[in-house]
Amino acid sequence: MIWKYAMGLFMAAVIIASFLLVPPTQGLGDMGRIIVYHVPTAWVAVLAYLMSMVHSVAFLRTGDMLRDRKAAIAAGLGTLFCVLATVTGAIWARGAWGMFWNWDPRQTSVFLLLMLYAAYFALRASVQDPDRRAKLAAVYAIFAFLTVPFLVFVVPRVYPTLHPNLINVAERRYEMDSILRLVFLSSVVAFTGLYLWMFDLRLRAENLIDQLERERGN
Amino acid sequence: MAISFAVGGMELDPALIAALMWVMLFFTAMTGIARAYVQEEETGTALALRLAADSAAIYIGKVLSSFVLLVGVAIVVVPLYLVLFSVAPAMPLALAATVVLGCLGIAVTGTTLSAIVAQVTAQGSLMTVLSFPVMLPLLWIAISATSTAFVGSNLVALAPDLAFMFFYSGMTFVASLVLVEYI
Repeated sequence: MIWKYAMGLFMAAVIIASFLLVPPTQGLGDMGRIIVYHVPTAWVAVLAYLMSMVHSVAFLRTGDMLRDRKAAIAAGLGTLFCVLATVTGAIWARGAWGMFWNWDPRQTSVFLLLMLYAAYFALRASVQDPDRRAKLAAVYAIFAFLTVPFLVFVVPRVYPTLHPNLINVAERRYEMDSILRLVFLSSVVAFTGLYLWMFDLRLRAENLIDQLERERGN
Repeated sequence: MAISFAVGGMELDPALIAALMWVMLFFTAMTGIARAYVQEEETGTALALRLAADSAAIYIGKVLSSFVLLVGVAIVVVPLYLVLFSVAPAMPLALAATVVLGCLGIAVTGTTLSAIVAQVTAQGSLMTVLSFPVMLPLLWIAISATSTAFVGSNLVALAPDLAFMFFYSGMTFVASLVLVEYI
């Protein structure tokens, strides 16, 4: 329980710091602050999709229905954070590029990512039998995740994009000043914590629903 | 035909012609490949087939037949398409390689998804819904390679695209061989 209070305080501190401590970015002014929210949500989305795939693999290996539940929850949260990353990205694009959406390779790939997991839920919704649903969804989740590294890491580096790259791979350094970097990394930690918390809540809720349904069945 | 009928006479951008060509091939493939496993389930031969052979072997067989069928369709349709749009591709061999690799990717991915869809009772348009996002990276690259083959003269510019399409097909093929066991 105590760590949830700590999480709340930490998140509040990050939000305050993002407005008061972080200096306006060169060329972007106050808009640069959105990096404290945009990048961590995108990171959590990829993390959640990865976890969904890991749980799917574990389900296929063990047949444990709890793993299937975890895979579905992780995919749902991944989609939520992916929507947040898309929206914050579009807001930033409006300011920096002049329009919300211009089919930049980054925007195209994030759009595909959303479609991919929308299809995952369409598949889950169209199968009635729980065992069969779990099996087919797991296979599709693994199959779908194969394209994620391509969409997230390959496309933006191969095709010309206007999206900024914060980590300069060639020179092995972060293109951020020290205060921004501190707040940014804290935000990544805070959002990851938030994801774990939400995951825990959703899992408990789903377990209760499952228990209730079984009791009603008896 | 419908595409040509609708936009006939207009001067089109090579990228747009390439995109329309792949949209056409994609939907052609969907109607064919979607049947790959469904047919077995409907006629009740799926169980016998599963008893007789390893699921990976069945998968390879279905991929090969889909691939051959798709290339066969492309051999007829693509030249016809080029004639209708009066496109003279600058690099015909590169175009052929792109079409073959694209068909390979569609066959490999589509067959796996077809195996999933065959297990679902309410199929409807599920095949297209599942395939579209998974295949879009492939189609995206194929369209870019095709439009380069239409107008470009530099083969080197095409190499990464073709390499990607090959890599994509290989990756999904290996993953599918493992995954079809569980479907």
